[in-house]
Amino acid sequence: MGKTIHISPLSRIEGHANIDIQLDDNGEVASATTHFNSIRGFEKYVQGKPAEEVTRIVTRICGICPWHHHLSSTKAVDACFGANVAPAGHMLRECMQNMAHINDKILHFYFLAAPDFIMGPDADYKVRNVIGIAQAAPELAKKVIKMRQLGQMMMEKFAGKVIHPIAAVPGGFSKPMSDSQRKELIESTKTLLDFATFSMAHAKENIFPAYMDDVTTLGSITTGFIGTVDYHGALNFYDGNIRLMMIDGSFQDFNDADYLDYIAEHVEPTSYGKFPYAKSWNQGFSMDIDNPKGVYRSNCLARLNTCDHISTPLAQAELEAFREQFGRPAQHTLLYHWARLIELVYACEKTLELLMDTAICGKETRFEVSPKAGRGVGHVEAPRGTLIHDYTTDENGLIEKANMIVGTTHNLAPISMSVEQSAKMLIKDGHVDETILNKVEMSVRAYDP
Amino acid sequence: MPVKVANEWLNSCSGCEIAILNLGETLLDLLPQIEFVHIPVLMDHKHYGQLGEKREIDIPKATVGLLSGGLRNEEHLEVAHEMRKKCDILIALGTCATHGGIPALINSFTNDEFLEYYYSTDSTEPGAKIPDQGISPLLDRCYALDEKIDVDIYLPGCPPHPDQIATAILALLNGETPDLPFKSVCDTCPAIRKGKGNITTIKRFTENPEYDPDKGIDEMRCLLEQGYLCAGPVTRAGCAGNDGDAPRCISARVPCRGCYGPVRQDGNQLLDMLNALASNGIDITSIPDRSSLLRFSGAHNRLVPSIKGDK
Repeated sequence: MGKTIHISPLSRIEGHANIDIQLDDNGEVASATTHFNSIRGFEKYVQGKPAEEVTRIVTRICGICPWHHHLSSTKAVDACFGANVAPAGHMLRECMQNMAHINDKILHFYFLAAPDFIMGPDADYKVRNVIGIAQAAPELAKKVIKMRQLGQMMMEKFAGKVIHPIAAVPGGFSKPMSDSQRKELIESTKTLLDFATFSMAHAKENIFPAYMDDVTTLGSITTGFIGTVDYHGALNFYDGNIRLMMIDGSFQDFNDADYLDYIAEHVEPTSYGKFPYAKSWNQGFSMDIDNPKGVYRSNCLARLNTCDHISTPLAQAELEAFREQFGRPAQHTLLYHWARLIELVYACEKTLELLMDTAICGKETRFEVSPKAGRGVGHVEAPRGTLIHDYTTDENGLIEKANMIVGTTHNLAPISMSVEQSAKMLIKDGHVDETILNKVEMSVRAYDP
Repeated sequence: MPVKVANEWLNSCSGCEIAILNLGETLLDLLPQIEFVHIPVLMDHKHYGQLGEKREIDIPKATVGLLSGGLRNEEHLEVAHEMRKKCDILIALGTCATHGGIPALINSFTNDEFLEYYYSTDSTEPGAKIPDQGISPLLDRCYALDEKIDVDIYLPGCPPHPDQIATAILALLNGETPDLPFKSVCDTCPAIRKGKGNITTIKRFTENPEYDPDKGIDEMRCLLEQGYLCAGPVTRAGCAGNDGDAPRCISARVPCRGCYGPVRQDGNQLLDMLNALASNGIDITSIPDRSSLLRFSGAHNRLVPSIKGDK
């Protein structure tokens, strides 16, 4: 056997993973394995905890997308306790859910992914980062940092904490929004929407065209997709059916409470993280890059593929143009970044739509609930994909059993496959350099920080 | 010459690193004075060399090391030792690093109990074997950093407020030791405390406290005095930053759960809180899950499998 290359840690992503590439005697890639190395055990240690407390424990699954865990968990507890949600509380939760998507997409696109495009995949690692962008394009960097900060602080100011939130509670939301807060948030969201449309136009003109060869080849695999759609088939981050789409574009819609009929998790000996796959396709599971079985993808590209349309006008126009160019379902992995910017536009538009409705300022934001025995499944679309929390409570409302399938987990199989595909495509005759290895990582960054 | 800074994240969620980014424009202002030499969330410096050719972890030398997350597997331990070796001043960043944080809740269970459960949930393929190839073996439990390496500065918080991260970095840039507050959350909370009440049992947070949303926190009765468990008395202050705002959870009208850890580094939030409640005549058996009072500080052998039963 030839040499082994350890890429560790995978960087400019959220989470803990590394790649081992094994070359054969001829310098060709014999194997490329992605190890997902993090295991913390939330499913186990929420056992015995009061369910209403768990909604503020599971936020620590991810510091980048804590709102989505918070909301998905709260929905699961609502279901366990049979809680009705106060209408204003529902609107506030949905508003926070969409706002959190705005900040995440700015972070992912500009801080984590864009250095590969703005500085170039071949730039020295010392400048191929947001600090390098701050030196090379100070005006752009300043704008990006200001916009992300605006998004983060508008949430913190209203909801108390932006990282590891606490304001969603079983039965609703912990506090009402005043009309002056609403007006202030509308102004900030308008600023963010301007930035979103600027980002979309800027990337379409200056960033994506220069990398179309990479976009159509790097990490390319063919899979199914998963995402949430509302009851009219439109993209929705907060509520609706889960849609599981096969490679040919046909799909099944199901209620989150029935997820066990559609999704199962496979265990590989090389990763702590489990690999969800489409059980309902009845093909089993295989990560063979030429003939995958049961593999589907989540996150923004998946959501744009699964939805029939988008309910907000600017994002819908972008979706139509995107579909005209790349079809439905679009498969190229680097298109995730393009899809991410379309979702940034949507998240801003949707947040504005919610804030424009004065019903969001309703004084009663929370109905009282009583802890009791039950089972509840809650799901939302986290930036990285469909996020499912499934709890069973005892008669005191303490957690007896918990299962969670987080957004990124759906993508562990596709990430592993994209890594193998890009390594095999790029490493030839034993030739490896930093640019090649960074391009292998770019096929991960499309899916996931 | 800019000061070299290295960052690593161990058994963590990345919330501490996002808090660094939440410095926003302050971070831009700091950039000319600091040079990141290793920070996986933002830059691509690799442990095993840029071509993955080295066999041992190698992090560049730095003046200041920011290390978030506790220690849960052998790789974390290796990285922590390397950071200690290469950094002149090592900051334990965030409550996972200082006290174990939420992930130390696992210390109520053995590894076998936990792994067996995780790999046999309803969605997992039946008969799955526990993974063991190319991944880092688990330590027996989750440790805070100072159980295994020397720590120079403790910066708790889940996550630490960006103001405090800035305070610490600025002090170190000036060659000073950061001056961080040692008050309790209650000491910084403007809610009205009358010091007396008829509370004898603790309510669960399944209903909202009484307050007027149009009025400030300074016109709201203390949540603990309203009967809600609030860890403010035994929790270190700081979550509201330097502007003198109300503690973050209280500002959302939600009780504190102790995310900054004990007021003193070696304090015990569980014992201190039970003492405080009992001495005020409150029935501590009315708390549904008492070990949750160590929700953020279960390292240092405070949470062990034998007390998982709680009652």
